[in-house]
Amino acid sequence: MYKVLKKTELAPSILDLYVIEAPKVAAKARAGQFIILRIDGQGERIPLTIADFDREKGTVTLVAQRAGKTTTQMGKLRAGDSIADFVGPLGEPTHIENYGRVVTVGGGVGVAPTHPIARALKEAGNEVISIIGARTRDLLFWEEEMRKVCTRLLVTTDDGSYVRKGFVTDVLKEVMDEKKPDLVVAIGPQPMMRAVCNLTREYGVKTIVSLNSIMVDGTGMCGCCRVTVGGKTRFVCVDGPDFDGHEVDFAELARRSALYREQEKDSLDRYTQRCQCHGGEH
Amino acid sequence: MAEEKKKKVIIHNKTPMPAQDPVARSRNFQEVALGYTEEDARLEAGRCLQCKNEPCRQGCPVEVNIPAFIKLIQEGDLDGAIARIKENNPLPAVCGRVCPQESQCEKYCTLGAKHDPVGIGRLERFVADRELGLGVTLPGKAASTGKKVAVVGSGPSGLTCASDLAKLGHAVTVFEALHVAGGVLMYGIPEFRLPKRVVQAEVENVKKLGVEIQVNSVIGRIDTVDELLERYDAVYLGTGAGLPYFMDIPGENACGVYSANEFLTRTNLMKAYLFPECDTPIRVGSRVAVLGGGNVAMDAARTALRLGASESWIVYRRSEAELPARHEEYEHAREEGVKFSFLTAPTRILEDDKGWVTGMECLRCELGEPDASGRRSPVTVCGSEFVLPVDVVVVAIGQGPNPLVPRTTKGLALTKRGNIVADESGATSKPGVYAGGDVVTGAATVILAAGAGKAAARSIHRHLTGATA
Ligand SMILES: Cc1cc2nc3c(=O)[nH]c(=O)nc-3n(C[C@H](O)[C@H](O)[C@H](O)COP(=O)(O)OP(=O)(O)OC[C@H]3O[C@@H](n4cnc5c(N)ncnc54)[C@H](O)[C@@H]3O)c2cc1C
Ligand SMILES: Cc1cc2nc3c(=O)[nH]c(=O)nc-3n(C[C@H](O)[C@H](O)[C@H](O)COP(=O)(O)OP(=O)(O)OC[C@H]3O[C@@H](n4cnc5c(N)ncnc54)[C@H](O)[C@@H]3O)c2cc1C
Ligand code: FES
Repeated sequence: MYKVLKKTELAPSILDLYVIEAPKVAAKARAGQFIILRIDGQGERIPLTIADFDREKGTVTLVAQRAGKTTTQMGKLRAGDSIADFVGPLGEPTHIENYGRVVTVGGGVGVAPTHPIARALKEAGNEVISIIGARTRDLLFWEEEMRKVCTRLLVTTDDGSYVRKGFVTDVLKEVMDEKKPDLVVAIGPQPMMRAVCNLTREYGVKTIVSLNSIMVDGTGMCGCCRVTVGGKTRFVCVDGPDFDGHEVDFAELARRSALYREQEKDSLDRYTQRCQCHGGEH
Repeated sequence: MAEEKKKKVIIHNKTPMPAQDPVARSRNFQEVALGYTEEDARLEAGRCLQCKNEPCRQGCPVEVNIPAFIKLIQEGDLDGAIARIKENNPLPAVCGRVCPQESQCEKYCTLGAKHDPVGIGRLERFVADRELGLGVTLPGKAASTGKKVAVVGSGPSGLTCASDLAKLGHAVTVFEALHVAGGVLMYGIPEFRLPKRVVQAEVENVKKLGVEIQVNSVIGRIDTVDELLERYDAVYLGTGAGLPYFMDIPGENACGVYSANEFLTRTNLMKAYLFPECDTPIRVGSRVAVLGGGNVAMDAARTALRLGASESWIVYRRSEAELPARHEEYEHAREEGVKFSFLTAPTRILEDDKGWVTGMECLRCELGEPDASGRRSPVTVCGSEFVLPVDVVVVAIGQGPNPLVPRTTKGLALTKRGNIVADESGATSKPGVYAGGDVVTGAATVILAAGAGKAAARSIHRHLTGATA
């Protein structure tokens, strides 16, 4: 069992932050890697990116968006509760070197995984410009945390409720027009990553994306997470999650991500009904 | 001996195995073969001729003393019988169910020349189940040697190696990537052939010997083999052949195409057949095509029926005679209503505009010259294209070794296919590191994996103490 040491809602009923006691994972975690967890014996194995880690305290921080049954059930966890299984670090760490000028782009819940990457890139001597964006002000988080780990932070909201109105791609375009970066790292919803890649392709800037295909084992055993990159089938859990965004078949990824939409809806509906029957408590 | 034989009345047929009715069972996940009663077992044991030259024993990869254990059953000493088996085979309840006896022990049975061979597997299962039911008596353990061994992977080979090492007095820790121990026995072989409670009972027995099992631990990520060597005196790699192969045909990433590993893992390990009580979903479709002709393919096709598919097809490029699956599994699949399209080679998976599988384009084949494996190889027939209308495709054409450990371990010699090179004692090219099971041999069998674990335990013991086990 793995203990939840801290749980806060970054955006009420939408975004949750968890600090989990997992010293062995924390000891080995590197930027860009993820974990897979299972809440209980009936649970699904779901992957979440390592948003932060503290080797001394032996903790791993996760930020999850309530997308369906498992992440909603997680939302009910409180400090002191435990989860059954927690395995990681998984995936290849993000390749860190001194590229020169790097832009990280985090959209929505994707802001969290850009955090350790920006930090590592800055430590490696890069000029790191971080763009963070959300649909609206309430969904924006970690502005201060991000500011600490980059050279310059740019914030945007789709609806203009905070700082400025615009998509992260609008901001990215301005930054690239100012001076061409040597690398872009984009993490967020698939349509956002796809849009970033379309833009950076025009500018000829190499772009790393972190893919979030559906997974089961996370060790390369099932092939569920496969995606086409550069015309070849790759397994996101062991070959990724980072890939050259210009080579990714995003359309295929989107289709495969929607594979279980009906069952997922069914599962969430049943879960919320059950919770309502128990007076909102679980 | 010839005289003795004459005196004995030979019963021609194997004592039948009680089994669930095919129609009923093709829709449930309960075990198909129900196991012998004590009376059945006595009757079947009575068929054994007790041949002095023990041909059956030569057919057993771990040389279980088969005539001796059957004689003990004949004499009513069932405790003695299981003890005898366990001298050589640590997983009798599993092997009694899943070993390909027809190509091992039973193939060499003297009776088999004219009649049914003795049901050795069924007898093994009977005494093993009886013991699991009564509670296992733990074997004696040697005094602690003060040596520590890490075992990577908790499939049959890792579990066997761990249990033998523990008996020899070593402190053993098993690292398993998944959230439960058992390897393919848990995630691959279906509940209806190998109930998970049987596997877990065997795992518990290994733990009772003092073996520590750390699940959720992916070696190569949380620790590398080199890091393990800093803390342990030796390392055994039993990581199996868990990497699924695909066909490399167009459409293989369409929605509704699964590797057999994924299809079976979702069902067995994650219990997708209990969705939504359990959270992991699976898409079954109404018409399923399984590509391949081995045990894995049979398991996937039979699982598809149980998950509610109205039609489940095995699509195999050779003919019935070349099917690599165990005959019993093929028979069970047929009885349950699995359909077979032999001499058929898929060329393309068709999808609709949303990316969902709508069918599979295939070519008919003819058998040509024998290939390296001695089987006649299929040759496609020009212009024989046809479409099999299916909405789920399961690819069961084989698995290779998972590259995670080899990729992260310095100085480990590999074969061209990526298998770890190890000699008969399990020693690899890297000092202190041993390997066995599917990761060395490629996808094989439970008993061979267990046998490799045993051999490695012996040589690790020699390496650590200088003594022979
Ligand atoms: C490497 C990786 C890192 C990720 N990191 C984060 C993160 O840091 N924060 C975060 O909020 N989300 C992250 N995700 C996505 C997260 O795993 C899904 O949101 C989660 O699985 C949804 O589960 P659910 O039961 O709540 O929702 P569901 O209703 O089951 O699914 C909602 C959507 O999530 C996706 N999904 C469903 N099951 C899985 C699964 N087993 N594996 C992967 N995706 C699935 C599907 O596209 C689905 O349509 C990551 C995914 C991957 C692959
Ligand atoms: C569907 C199916 C049906 C089969 N039917 C039969 C049958 O009827 N009869 C028969 O004899 N054989 C059968 N087999 C074959 C048999 O199951 C295998 O030969 C046997 O399980 C191999 O044992 P193993 O211990 O070498 O590996 P596995 O059983 O594959 O176990 C390896 C374990 O190592 C773990 N692992 C891998 N990498 C790591 C890592 N980096 N860190 C930590 N852990 C790791 C895996 O998660 C797994 O649990 C079948 C196989 C399949 C897939
Ligand atoms: S999740 Fe199973 S192979 Fe990647």
